[in-house]
Parts: sequence; C-alpha cells; structure tokens
Amino acid sequence: MAQTGQSTGGRPLSPHWQVWRWHVTMAASILHRLAGMGLYLGLLILAGWALSLELGPDAFGAYAGALASPVGSVILFLIVLGWLFHLANGLRHLFWDIGKGFRPRTADATAWLAIAFAILGTVGVVAALLAKGKL
Amino acid sequence: MTGLVTPLRRARGLGSAKHGVGHFIGQRVSAVALLLLSPWALWTGAHLAGRDYGAVRGWFGSPVNASLLILVVLAGLYHGQLGMRVIIEDYIERPLTRTLLLIANAFVAALAATIATVSILGVMFGGAG
Repeated sequence: MAQTGQSTGGRPLSPHWQVWRWHVTMAASILHRLAGMGLYLGLLILAGWALSLELGPDAFGAYAGALASPVGSVILFLIVLGWLFHLANGLRHLFWDIGKGFRPRTADATAWLAIAFAILGTVGVVAALLAKGKL
Repeated sequence: MTGLVTPLRRARGLGSAKHGVGHFIGQRVSAVALLLLSPWALWTGAHLAGRDYGAVRGWFGSPVNASLLILVVLAGLYHGQLGMRVIIEDYIERPLTRTLLLIANAFVAALAATIATVSILGVMFGGAG
C-alpha cells in the first residue's frame, strides 16, 4: 500500500477487493447478476425449444435429447437454481425500492434466506421429478 | 450565475425530461410480471419434463398455455435485455465495443422474442402436429 499515495495524489482509495471483507449481501448482489445472465441464456434456450417444437418431431426429439444429456441436465439444473435465487433476491430488490429491508441485520438475513430458498427449492424440484420418475 | 442567462435556460435540454426513469420502471414492472408468471412456468416445466412430442404440442394447443408461455418469453426477454444492458454499460468501457454489444443485445432479444412467439403461435394453430 506504500505506492498508493503516488497513484492517487495522496487521496484515499475506494474499497478495493483485496481489503474488502467478504459479506453475504455482496455475494447476493454478485449472484443476482450471474443468475440474471444465466436466465437470459435460459430464455434463448427456451426460444430454441419452442422453435424445435414447431419444426416437427425430429427437431424436437434432437433438442429434447440434447437437454436430457448430462451437459443439458446440468444446464437445466443451474437454470432452476439461478431462477429461484433471482426470484427471491429480486423480491429483496422490490422491497428496497419501497424503502424496506435496508437495516444491515435485515439485509444479511434476507440474503441468506434467498440463498436457502434457491437451494431448498431446487432440491424440491429435483425430488418432485425423481418421485414422478422423470429423472 | 453569469450574465443574463436564467437558471431555467441553463438547465433546459441538459437533464431528465421525465423519461430518465423509463429503464428503472420497466425493469421493476417486468420483474413483478415475472414474479407472477414464474410459479406457472416452473410447474409447467416440471409437468412437461420427459413428455413426448405429441403431448407437449397438445399442451400448447391450449390458448391459455400458449398465451402464458408467450408472456413468459416476452416479459423475460424484455427484463433480461434491460439487465444485460446495465451489465454491458457497467463493465465495457471502450465506446465501440460497448455500442456493438448493446446493439447485439437488442438484436438477440428481439430475434428470440420473435422466433419464440411465431413458433408458439404456430404450435397453437397447428394442432397436434
């Protein structure tokens, strides 16, 4: 940190990732963007799926087969996980927009809740699919 | 305050004309729409998992199911396009790269929305195929 004075003209640096204590609200914020980008990709996959359904049995069979492959299954699993997280964390954002939930303890607790909801919800979806013999 | 220019004259054309919050509001309204649509979409995905071609076509032969799926795709791509725009604007500094990515983002969202809508309508009107 001895050189910071030179590069900033003596002014203090803004918080830097090397000195930035990990906290759950930060993790939730990063995960929200990651999940959002993944879901955008998921919608493109959904659009391709709709197209294959319109094109006919062969196209649909190939598309559904790719989604059922190991790689496809992992992608679908991550989409469900990201979807449930983005949904729960998006609800936090909507509450912030009306001025609620900003107290640090509340924000920390709701961040953990969103993460727990995503994990438990995904386990629930997988369990439901297993129970119906679809996995 | 210099010369004869009034504060109003100085401010005109420089700031929001009440359109600046369009992105913010659009993001929130589509978020609420997706919040309401997600339970149906998630349930439908689980319901259709592993079904064959005829069964899936039959499901979207229903105008209600077809309409809800179109709403999911359109609200989702609109919401996703707005979000991706913010991410590009935040992280891509070079003006040319940024502009090209923003145009690509708009094109991809519009193309996917069109393909999905036309396909779903085709399935709905085409019957069991």
